[in-house]
Amino acid sequence: MCKPKFVYVTYIAAPPERVWEALTQPDLSEKYWFGYSVRADGKAGERMTAIDPAGKKAHDDPILESDPPRRLVYEWQPLYKDMQGERPSRVTFEFESLKGQTRLTVVHDEFDEGSKIFDMISKGWPAVLSSLKSFLETGKGLEPSWDAAAKRHATAAENA
Amino acid sequence: MTDTAKFKPKTIYVTYIAATPERVWQALTDPAFTRQFFFGRTIEIEQQAGGSFTLRMPDGRIDVKGRVVEWVPPRRLAVTWSVDWIPEMRDLPECLVSYEIEPAGGAVRLTMTEAHQWDVPEALLEGGRSGWPAILSSLKSLLETGKPLSMKLEPPAGMIEALKALKR
Repeated sequence: MCKPKFVYVTYIAAPPERVWEALTQPDLSEKYWFGYSVRADGKAGERMTAIDPAGKKAHDDPILESDPPRRLVYEWQPLYKDMQGERPSRVTFEFESLKGQTRLTVVHDEFDEGSKIFDMISKGWPAVLSSLKSFLETGKGLEPSWDAAAKRHATAAENA
Repeated sequence: MTDTAKFKPKTIYVTYIAATPERVWQALTDPAFTRQFFFGRTIEIEQQAGGSFTLRMPDGRIDVKGRVVEWVPPRRLAVTWSVDWIPEMRDLPECLVSYEIEPAGGAVRLTMTEAHQWDVPEALLEGGRSGWPAILSSLKSLLETGKPLSMKLEPPAGMIEALKALKR
């Protein structure tokens, strides 16, 4: 059996520096990441943190690699009570510059077989990365309320 | 009739677009739109199940040929898909490409599924896996900003070699 691995590629009409900022700075992420404040602007060894819209801490994970604006790798272990018990997975972002545009590749792997978190992120990343692209190209992210994944996050936050 | 049950999904791409289902449907089926986001390809499609389907390159050559399997505006479109412009691909079993358009609040969730009826080598699947994200990213940009992305289409390294290996 192959271990679960999620791969998603999106092309964004913005340079890698802007895509990097949007993925690492909390004041930007909360505009498209369905209200989550995600900070990942530190060096390798520092922390990636995420605060959910209810103000609860959703992540406090180590940054494994940071090479702005080319490559960012961090661990991923949600702090919500109902998602604990799985080992940390790993998120890798690769940024490639194409004539002022960016090819962004997200690989989320290092899951165990049958991971519940894998199912969640497989639905979540297309929504988050679509919203990121909209935010960088139009100034406006997509709405959080339309996505079932966002609702699940909200429920998880209440249970935490 | 095409027996869709024999096709197994191999590549799925999901994107959310701030547009109505009708606009997304129009973009997928109207040549004035496909020319802008589908690497310059012009779609020619008969608007009913069983109708013919062609994607034509800017120089007039045929890129892809097939037939309409499902035509349910603005919800679901499925076509059989045979790549014609790469000679080595003409004799391969056709695949099935389907688009599902679902309202998602103020936006639309577009799901593209590429399904195959044979044990396709991974190197051939790379064609779609590199092409679809570019095409559908450009479609999203076109509908949200009025401007497609600017990109070139090249078969991924290793795909042509894998095709030649199949022939041997």
